[in-house]
Amino acid sequence: MPPTVPQSSAVQVRGVTRDFGSGDAVTRALRGVNLDIPHGELLMLVGPSGCGKTTLVSIIAGTLQPTGGEVQVLGHDLGAMSPAARVRFRRSNVGFIFQSYNLLPALTAVENAAVPLIIAGWSRARALPKAAALLDRLGLGGRLTNLPSELSGGQQQRVAIARALVHQPRLLICDEPTSALDAENGRITMELIAGLAVRPDRVVIVVTHDQRVYPYADRIATMEDGQIVSIEARRRGAIGAPPHHT
Amino acid sequence: MLWIAWKMLIGNRAKYLGIVFGVAFAALLIAQQSSIFCGLMALTVSQILDVEGAGVWVMDPKVKYVDDVKPMADTHLYRVRGVPGVDWAVRLYKGIARARLEGGSYEQVILLGLDDATFIGAPLNMIEGSIDDLRAPDAVIMDIVGYRKLWPDEPFQRGRIIEMNDRRAVIVGLAKARKTFQSFAVVYTRYSQAIRFAPPERKVLSFVLAEPAPGVAAAELAGRISAQTGLQALSRDDFLAKTIRYYLRNTGIPINFGITVGLGFLVGTAIAGQTFYLFIVENLRQFGALKAMGTGNGTILLMVLAQALHVGLVGLGVGVGLAALFGWSTRSFSKLSFYMPWQVLVITGVAVFLIVLLASLLSIRRVFIVDPAIVFRG
Repeated sequence: MPPTVPQSSAVQVRGVTRDFGSGDAVTRALRGVNLDIPHGELLMLVGPSGCGKTTLVSIIAGTLQPTGGEVQVLGHDLGAMSPAARVRFRRSNVGFIFQSYNLLPALTAVENAAVPLIIAGWSRARALPKAAALLDRLGLGGRLTNLPSELSGGQQQRVAIARALVHQPRLLICDEPTSALDAENGRITMELIAGLAVRPDRVVIVVTHDQRVYPYADRIATMEDGQIVSIEARRRGAIGAPPHHT
Repeated sequence: MLWIAWKMLIGNRAKYLGIVFGVAFAALLIAQQSSIFCGLMALTVSQILDVEGAGVWVMDPKVKYVDDVKPMADTHLYRVRGVPGVDWAVRLYKGIARARLEGGSYEQVILLGLDDATFIGAPLNMIEGSIDDLRAPDAVIMDIVGYRKLWPDEPFQRGRIIEMNDRRAVIVGLAKARKTFQSFAVVYTRYSQAIRFAPPERKVLSFVLAEPAPGVAAAELAGRISAQTGLQALSRDDFLAKTIRYYLRNTGIPINFGITVGLGFLVGTAIAGQTFYLFIVENLRQFGALKAMGTGNGTILLMVLAQALHVGLVGLGVGVGLAALFGWSTRSFSKLSFYMPWQVLVITGVAVFLIVLLASLLSIRRVFIVDPAIVFRG
């Protein structure tokens, strides 16, 4: 029987399974995952490649349906929602930071950062200044009109952070946000995520292989073979200084 | 979101230009070939169009088109004049004559014999001389294109002599006339003169040109004339349509041009469709990111259709513009017929719309089924 879910949990995952393929070729990516994430937490999801991390965050983000089990995110039962409702849910509640940034190459930095607002129906006249202000806070005030191809990897990831946060989502999904960056840019990126993104009313999930960023986590969930095998509680340290393990 | 779609489209210059090229190529081919087709069709009715003022053409019942002359007895003129509602009616001779030039060579010419008193059917634009010069003995007026064909690079010589049916004809003027389908020179003269230039026949009257009295519609008068005389009477517009229909049904022109237009459509669809498909496939990740961020399939469909519409409009503009430029630059080349009525633009527009619609439909399924989770795959 699944454990009781605390009412304060922003994300509740109960017995979630996910199969790919069918018949003899079926691959079970998730094997009954249970996970609770409270509001205000930065959870890191770690584990070897192919262990199911990306599948799990895809399900939590509402971009993938589980084969079995229940997923409650921010009070919404994602399994009971129609595809259109899940699209609306993502539009309003979820921000994404991707490993390969996934910026639109034809849009400038500020236009890329404004995309979630545009998707939400904002006019460009309203969306662009708000995105510009956020980019300014991220240290890109002088690169607003640069195309992604004119920015370094670290700068592109900062644009991606701005894009993920500009519409103030309550769930932030970060998929390997530092894997394409060098150590210094990786540190800066994580400091920005931990400093700007973590809020009492927001959940941040970071999928990572990069052990250098572990100190920024409140908890670290380790996955193996489609299951969470351990959850380690940590005390997130001050920005810029590696915290102590608890 | 349409703004984002537009930026995505023009952001990939090579693909964008490739799609526009495909659409423009199709539009150019369709518009240009359709315009040449229209030009050829206009040639078939040029001699009806050149006769101003007569609302009704009366002819033998067996006549199928304007060049299919079946001579009638001259008395039919008076029968037509006797039909109530006829304001006036005059004779018109139309035939092919063999003209002997000064050097002894022969050329076919279209011989038009105009009513001696009124010159109804005379060319409106005289370049040399005056229409009244036809009143002189043996006088003829030739169209300028025909004159240049018979005597290339020679200036107009008033009084130049040709012979038709062993009779002397004196060229007293040059007129501007529409090009004809046969591309023969057009020679205007008086009716009484024309029947002497033509080979002797018992019946020589080609057409009776009639004008309805005020308040009588041309089609109505044509019906009355047909009923009363047993002749074939058609309003000018109906005679135009009948002649064009004849050429459409009895020549390979529509099939030949139809094949070229169809090929243009297929090639345009293939180029634009393939390039647009590649453009969409290359952008699947971007569409996936937009879907992950909360863009629904309906919006994605609108974006793709807007992109297709954009390249369609630009391609249409470029293609039709190039076709028009082609027509304009060849306007002085008398052997080429080019006529671009608004219907050609509509047909080309519809074809281009179908091309971009097909191109987008080929691609849209890929976007619809793309898993937004694609963005999590590095």
